[in-house]
Formats: sequence, C-alpha cells, structure tokens
Amino acid sequence: MDKFKSMLTKPWMSYLVALLAMGGAALTVSVVPRSLFAFLFFIGSVLLVYYLPLSTKAKLFFVLIGTLVLMPIIGSFNLYYMNVATQVGIYVALALGLNIVVGFAGLLDLGYVAFYATGAYIYAIFASDQAGNFIHFAKFPLAGEWFWVFLPLSLLAAGITGILLGLPALRLRGDYLAIVTLGFGEIIRIIFNNLDKPVNITNGPKGITPIQPPALFGFTLNKPIYYYFIVMGIVFFVIFVTRRLEHSRIGRAWAAIREDEVAARAMGIPLLRTKLMAFAIGASFAGMMGVVFAAKQTFIDPSSFTFMESIGVLAMVILGGMGSIPGAIVGATAVVMLQSQVLKSFSEFLAQLRDSGILNIPTQLEPAKFERLVFGLILVVMMIFRPQGLIPAKRREMELLEEKADRPAKGEES
Amino acid sequence: MALLEAKGITKRFGGLVAVCKVDFALEKGQIAGLIGPNGAGKTTFFNVITGIYQPEEGSLNLDGKSLLGLKPEQIASRGIKRTFQNIRLFANLTAVENVLVGMHTNLKENLISILLKTPKVRHEEEAALQRAFELLTYVGLKGKENELAKNLPYGAQRKLEIARALASHPKVLLLDEPAAGMNPKETVGMKDFIRRIRDDLGLSILLIEHDIHLVMGISDTVTVLDYGVNIASGSPDQVRKDPKVIEAYLGPGAAEHDERGA
Repeated sequence: MDKFKSMLTKPWMSYLVALLAMGGAALTVSVVPRSLFAFLFFIGSVLLVYYLPLSTKAKLFFVLIGTLVLMPIIGSFNLYYMNVATQVGIYVALALGLNIVVGFAGLLDLGYVAFYATGAYIYAIFASDQAGNFIHFAKFPLAGEWFWVFLPLSLLAAGITGILLGLPALRLRGDYLAIVTLGFGEIIRIIFNNLDKPVNITNGPKGITPIQPPALFGFTLNKPIYYYFIVMGIVFFVIFVTRRLEHSRIGRAWAAIREDEVAARAMGIPLLRTKLMAFAIGASFAGMMGVVFAAKQTFIDPSSFTFMESIGVLAMVILGGMGSIPGAIVGATAVVMLQSQVLKSFSEFLAQLRDSGILNIPTQLEPAKFERLVFGLILVVMMIFRPQGLIPAKRREMELLEEKADRPAKGEES
Repeated sequence: MALLEAKGITKRFGGLVAVCKVDFALEKGQIAGLIGPNGAGKTTFFNVITGIYQPEEGSLNLDGKSLLGLKPEQIASRGIKRTFQNIRLFANLTAVENVLVGMHTNLKENLISILLKTPKVRHEEEAALQRAFELLTYVGLKGKENELAKNLPYGAQRKLEIARALASHPKVLLLDEPAAGMNPKETVGMKDFIRRIRDDLGLSILLIEHDIHLVMGISDTVTVLDYGVNIASGSPDQVRKDPKVIEAYLGPGAAEHDERGA
C-alpha cells in the first residue's frame, strides 16, 4: 500500500486512480446484475479512496458521490444492490455505536441490541394502532411525518435507557460487566415479549404490524431508495459524531479508562460519568437505527432482537478492528455480506448443480445451513492471524505549527 | 499552615493496621521524603492521600480544606497528582495524548461544544496541544511526541508519567518511587530532574523512595514509617541521626555511609 502511495507523486494521479476505481466499480455493478463480488468491488473502491493521499475534502467528495449518487442510480434499476447497501448501512451505524462502547471505552457490552429494540418498539407502538390500546385521547397510528420526530426522540430514549442500564452495570468491570449487559439485553427482549398483558403495549410474541412508513409533506416514503437515503443520512451523522468525539477531551478520557482505570481516575477523570456517556451515545445510535428498522420492515417482533444479534454486531467491531472507525465500517460490511449473502449464493449455486444433475448433495449439507459454523471459523482464524482486526485503530499523529514547535518551553531557560 | 496536612491518619485492613496515627505536613514549595522498609505503609499512605483508600481515623487537608470522603478523581481535580510505583501510563496512547489526558480537569469542552466544534473548543485544543508539546520538551522527550507510550524506553516512561501529572498545574505532586529500577547514573539524573521541576514550577512534592541518597539529597523534610507508625520526622540530618531510624531502617553505620554518598 505504501509503495503504491509513493507512486502517486502528484495529486492529479490520486484523483485519476479514485475516478478510475469508482467508475470501474460502478460500471461493474451496473453491468453484473446480482454479484457479490461486484458489490465488494464497489465497497473496495470507496475504501481505496479513503487510503489515497487526497485532502479530506476530496475524499469526502468521492465518498459522497459514490454513496449518494452512484449507488442510488445503480440501485434504482437493480434493487438487489440497493437492499444489500441498505442492510450494510444499518449495521455500519450499529457497529459504530458499539465501537464507542467496546472499542473506545473498552466496556464489553453483550446486550447492545436492547437499545436497537428500544428504538424500534418506540416507533412501532406509536406508528401502528398498538398505542390505541392504552392511550385514548389521540388517534393511532400516527401519520408518517412523525417518523422524523421519532428519530431524535428514540435517540434520546435509547440514550436514557443506556444510562439507566449503565448506572448499576457500569460499576462492574470486564467479565462481570459483560455478563450483566448480557442479562439486561435478554431482560429487555423478554419485557417486550411479555408486555401484552395486563395492558397490551407490545403485542407480545405476535409482534406489531403494520407499521407506518415515513412520510414527508403527505408523500409516503416507502420505496427502498428512500430507506437507503435515510439510512445513509444516519450513517453519515453517526460517522460525524464519532469522529468529532474520538480526538476530543471525551474521546481521550474513554481511551484512558480503557487503558488503565486507576491511572485515569488519578488524572481526574470521573469513571462512572465517562463510562455512562460512552454507553448512552452508543445506545442512542442503535435507538435511532431501530426506528428505521421498524419502519422499513413494517413488522417487528421480539425475535429480531436476540442475543445472537448483539454478538453479530460485536463480531463486526472486533473483525474490523476495535476502536477504529473505518474498521467498524469494513467489519459491518464483511459480516453482513458473509451472513446474508456469501453462503446463500453458494447454496444457490450448489442447488443449481443438483438440479442439473452434475452433483448430488443432500439438502442437509447445504452451505446455508452451516452459516454460523463458517462464520465462527472465520472469526477464529481472524483472531489467530489478525487479532487487531482488518483495519486496526491507529493513533493520530499530532503536530504543531513549525514556529510554535520551535519555541522553547517556559521553564527551560531557568 | 502547611499546604497538605495529615493528622492522625489510621488505615486498617481487617486486623492489620497498615498506617497508624501518622502525622504529616508538606509546606508549599518543599520536597518531603517518605521512607521506610518494605511494607511500612508508604504506598498505603499515598493511596489515602489520593483517595483510593478512606482512612478510619484522622484528618487530611489541602489548603485548609478537608479531602476526606472525596473520590480519587475529585482529589486529582483539587490539584493533587501522582505517579505510580509500577508505571501506569496509557500504553496504547501516544506520549502527547498521555499528557493531554493529564489536562482533563483543566479543559472545559463538553459534549455539545465538541460536536459543534465551537471556536472556543478549537482554541482550547490548540492551546492544550501547544502546552503538551512544551511539557514534553521540558521533560526531555522532544521528538518522541507521537510514540506510543508502551514503546518508550523505561526512563522516558518515568518522565512521561511525571509530565502527565504536571500537565494540569497541580499544587502537590506525589512521586511513588520515581527512581525504581534505575541505575545510579539515571538516579542522579532523576534527582536533578525532581529538584528542577520543584524550582521551575514552585511545586510541592511528596516523594516515596528506597534510594536513600536520592531522598536525603533533595528532601527538605523526611518522614520515616515503620510498621505503619511514624517513627521519626524532621530534616534529613535529624532523621539520619535518629537512633530509632538507624535501628529500624538504615542499620548501624548507615549514617557515615550516607554522608560520604551525599
């Protein structure tokens, strides 16, 4: 990579490489209708731009072009890619949220999906006739315009849930914290599962449906492309917040707590408050995405928010590289592709072989049935050979302006 | 009135009395040494001052205000900073970041202002970075600013830990065996370094150290603990001649040996 970088001596060369890569990827994706590799090529080209020696503005420009112009155009005549991209986007936001808790602050949270569920249920209850069971002065479902109110509302609600769960849990450390968060994650799911009596709030295991799609000025936004843009909007918001925080007083306090709690306290960092902040901010991202999930699916039930879902998001963070923003993005992409796409398409391929009589594999041995097994094996292999993740977190190099750096320290002359 | 004053501090762990009715005072701008054999309760006493342990009895005041019942982070923000016997840096952060964490209590940024990146936040961050670089230059780590703390050599880590503690302009600096694991030459360097930060910054320093040359060489007052009891305190000369100290800690003949050394 570095060698390649050193070849790009002039800025225009970088621009050319970026254009070629993204253009080529876009072309491939639009020509090949349903290919994972084409999609990966597309993601890869965006990643390449990230590594090119370009200014931040130029990088941002290319990424915005790729995600907000190219992808929607391709997606509008090929829904497959649009759905994959939306799915990836949802998990990118979740992974970035958990990355704050696990990667930045070093708090192992195994119940992260609880906050996702909180956001989803808050919207689902009020955007279906479910709320009519216990609120009688208003008419439900609320209009789709309320979606935009519920986005910040669920951000706050999930953040507050994070603080409430964190208050008792964050007094513990390491393994104990992991167990307690696991417990809380399950408790939240079971509450949603049982809150259909005495008053029917969540409709229990039957789930809530139909949930209003979002609307804007009376116009219903229920096509995949609208969800894509909503998801991307949230993803960019989450990346923005995470980046601002990472190299601030708060981000440094999180890192300090992760590295050494005793030393962090000796530096005047309030332990519980700083941890709660990480917990709440991570939770709020999940809550916001929960609203989108509920609206997009139009149906939710407790089985969407199991422990395995938390583990999946955690795997994304660890696979990508703990504490690394590009890592979380790549990790989320990799896991989503792996879980929902790679093995499925391999299964389909084998099924084709069977149908044409070339190869006879019993249905019990279909690769899709071994999804978890293969996923687990990949995780094990990753942890052995690249424990720091696909894109490990790097500390930012800090420099002063030249004339400032050369000025001697105050006490030095004496 | 002394800057930092402890009276009758007692700390028990179950049946063991780790620190028993210890009186201690640190005047502004002075260096106070705390010595004693292994297990004498020195570090326990340190941990009481920094709020890690709460004493069962006694009073503890900084500038006349009680520190009892405060948490470690609250005591740190009152202006008492410390280093650790076994270096506790933020290993995977760079040297500069370690110092910036040390400034935590001085910075005013909050969640909202960080997200909005207000001009105030930007100026504060720039000033903090500037000061962090200056401090690193001051302690002799110029050019190592962006090294990860864990990759620094041992002596540099000791200095970085002190720089981190100094970052917030503390009133009192507690050094827990700053010369531990150093060779004689490095120890002399550390002695000069401690004296220099006191002189330059007008700090008051409390020092735990096993190296008698170091303690006797730079301390204005020395307190000796043995089995948690304060058996002597006074100027280095007084303490050195105290028969109880010679018996309990230094051993016969140590006084002569030490005069030669100093």
